[in-house]
Formats: sequence, C-alpha cells, structure tokens
Amino acid sequence: MPLLDVLLFASYAEAFGAPTVAVEVPDDATVADLVAALRTHPVGGATLPARPLVAVDRAYAAAGDPVLGRGEVALIPPVAGG
Amino acid sequence: MRHAIVHRPIDVAALLAEVTAPGNGAEACFVGTVREHNEGRAVTGIDYDAYGDMAEAELGRIVREAAARYGTTGVVVEHRLGTLAVGEASVAIAVGHARRAPALDAVRFVIEELKRRVPIWKREHYADGTRAWVEATTSAAAVGAELAHDDDAAEGDDP
Repeated sequence: MPLLDVLLFASYAEAFGAPTVAVEVPDDATVADLVAALRTHPVGGATLPARPLVAVDRAYAAAGDPVLGRGEVALIPPVAGG
Repeated sequence: MRHAIVHRPIDVAALLAEVTAPGNGAEACFVGTVREHNEGRAVTGIDYDAYGDMAEAELGRIVREAAARYGTTGVVVEHRLGTLAVGEASVAIAVGHARRAPALDAVRFVIEELKRRVPIWKREHYADGTRAWVEATTSAAAVGAELAHDDDAAEGDDP
C-alpha cells in the first residue's frame, strides 16, 4: 500500500507530535480512507474528531474525493482566524 | 482586489487608502484585534499560525467572491501571523463602493467567510502562564461537507 505524507497543523500537530505524518493507504484511497488510517496512528490518532477536515491541493475535499496523486494533502483542525 | 498573509503590523489607513476612489460613496472597514479576555480567562497575547499556502488561496477565493457578489473591485484584506499583544490588529478588511450598504455587507461577508474557511489557528497566552489552542465555535463535522462543496462551486460563482 502507498505511503502518503499528510501535513498537520496547530492542535493536530501537537497531538501527533510532528508537523507531518506518513500513513499507509489503499491505492484508490479517498479522504474517508485516509481519515480511517490516521485514526489508527498510535500517537494522536485517537484524538481526531468524528469528521476532521481534509484539504487536497490547498482546497477542502469531500469524504469521497481521492487523495493520491492530486498534490499536497493536509489535515485541517477547526479554524479560528480573525 | 488584494489579499495577503503578513508577518508585520497591519496599516489600516493604508488599506482604506487603497480602496478609496472618486466614484465611491463609501469606504467601509473592519479591524479584528486581540482581546484581553476570552471565556472568562485573562489573555495576554495570541500566537497566530496558518497553513500559509492554503490560507493565501482561500483568502483569494473569498475576495473574488466578495467582488463578484457586491459589485466592486475595491476589496482588500490582510491577516497577520505571529505573536500579537493585546490591542494589536490581527485582521483588517477594507471595501470601497459607490453605495454604503453593499460596502458594509461586503466587509461582513469577508470576515464571516474568513472565520469559517481560512486555515488559521490561534493559541492564546493566559495571565497564569499557560497556553491553549482556541477551539472554533462551529465543529469541523458541521462545516466539513459544506466547505468541500463550497470550493467546488467557488470559481465563477454568481450572487
């Protein structure tokens, strides 16, 4: 299974203890598959909310969107700008 | 139209000057500042962090949507990152328009969309020396699917 590098920020980076995490995902992985894989990560995985936001190629992605070969993938904590 | 993520103090007067034009009847402005208290705790400062490249992209989408929706190209927004003290401006928006109502509405649209969509996070410093990431008022689950759809429809969206 391919290894996918995922960017982490703010509270998620703190929970996972790093600014990026590499996870194994299926060849046809979707956002939902990625989140399921992240949940099993020994450090921080269990702290993720029910439906964390994911961005692919710097735009928000839906649960069924593919994540491989489409650019940068990031896990987005609840935003709090302003 | 202009948008920027900056690492220096925001010059609000410069933003207003940027959208001022002879055809305008109004220049409207919003400035967000660091408040000395939150949820009953004394706050001494805030660290602003962002997914920089995506924050730039999302801010750009919001500015273009505001311009199309309210009929003006006079829309500028800056959001500051780094450690800010109480009273400092974290965000400023200025809109110039022929009429005051759409000028005010456009400013409101930009700040509300920014708070909902732009990947920026803040960590408050408290008077007792502790720090904590601020949780958004709306849950990720509630806005997740909606945001993904927003982005699909964002380009060339009409009012």
